[in-house]
Amino acid sequence: MTGPVAIVVLVNGARVEASVEPRLTLADFLRTRLRLTGTHLGCEHGICGACTILLDGQAARACLLLAVQCDGHRVTTVEGLSPPTGLSKLQACFRRHHALQCGFCTPGMVVTAHALLAESPHPTRAQIEDAISGNLCRCTGYIPIVDAIADAARDGTR
Amino acid sequence: MKPPAFDYVRAHDVAHAVSLLAAHGADATPLAGGQSLMPALNFRLASPALLVDLNAIGELSACAVDDDGSLLIGATARHRHVETSSTVARGWPLLAHAMGSVAHVAIRNRGTIGGSLCHADPSAEWPALCIACEAHIELRSARGTRDVAAADFMSGLFTTVRASDELLVRVRFPRWPATRRWGFREVARRRGDFAIAGTACTVDVDAAGACTDARVVVFGVADGPVRASASEAALRGRRPDAAAIRAAAVAALTGLEPRSDAHASSAYRLELVRTLTARALGDALGVPA
Repeated sequence: MTGPVAIVVLVNGARVEASVEPRLTLADFLRTRLRLTGTHLGCEHGICGACTILLDGQAARACLLLAVQCDGHRVTTVEGLSPPTGLSKLQACFRRHHALQCGFCTPGMVVTAHALLAESPHPTRAQIEDAISGNLCRCTGYIPIVDAIADAARDGTR
Repeated sequence: MKPPAFDYVRAHDVAHAVSLLAAHGADATPLAGGQSLMPALNFRLASPALLVDLNAIGELSACAVDDDGSLLIGATARHRHVETSSTVARGWPLLAHAMGSVAHVAIRNRGTIGGSLCHADPSAEWPALCIACEAHIELRSARGTRDVAAADFMSGLFTTVRASDELLVRVRFPRWPATRRWGFREVARRRGDFAIAGTACTVDVDAAGACTDARVVVFGVADGPVRASASEAALRGRRPDAAAIRAAAVAALTGLEPRSDAHASSAYRLELVRTLTARALGDALGVPA
């Protein structure tokens, strides 16, 4: 059996060197080794979207990636989307619209919405709904989440 | 829900990957996008001794037009790449369009054509699309290279003819005639969920408006995609008007005996096949179903 493998990953802009077992998922690596617990683990098979992160800028499920696969790549978690102090515009819109209740799905929603807005700064409501269709929320009811993303896509800073 | 222990090798080129598969045979599993394999590992439904990671092999991720005008999609080309490629949208619009029904963006950013074909899920889009486009699949091993028609690749539920030492390298989609029409419809509980049933079709029509050839493939209703030959025969040589489309949609049910499960009964799946085939053909031919 292969022993631990040395990896170098750029996590939220910081170079991280680590030694990981091949079977360690990226999600567990982020949560247990780096203590970046904003990445939530729900279903662990790619359905719920709570563990969504950005891999080289693209949304991906951290539960369906191995940490060893991220060697030499760039990973951004929900923690990496906030400015040094306070909230990002998107995060502030989530708060303004009460787009969360229990908060479990929120990191995945925010990361997914961030990826959408990076690609399509002015999405239609239908595009927003389609973009978050892979993220399950069991309490908010989606409408405030869509409202928050639509608000964040409006021009002007707040 | 954590994967069992395994060895891991990041293959640096196709020859390296093929040599690992030759040495380890059924104990080794190629890792492409991981969007089906990783859940199987997390559930411990799969426990390979060795994962051969294909993601660093640059040549496998290419998606480009060959000298003869056919489209070559490498095994690790992502669904999202195919979805957003202007080359694919221009020459093989069915493929680009249908990618929108494959799971969700975060999954499409990682999932690959080669992984989907080798996984051979009966409700998956890629196997049906490959048959509807008469694609050919290239398998490489230390023993050589072989070319398998897409229709012969899937051999049953989650089963293909790929031997354990073979690597799916790329898929060749013949160039479409300029007059080819296409349609794609599927029903899932929510967009991006596994299809309950679906139809993909390509139809060729001559200058007089008669159908010269058609490929109608239904999926989600048997152990693998099914080419609806009776449906194709009902169209061939005819002017595909609304009546011809209705007849072809009914013919698509020939020989189908879908399973009932928690998502849909067998009878409902048959009704979906009839309706979706009529709509897909209607889309292809500009005839409202």
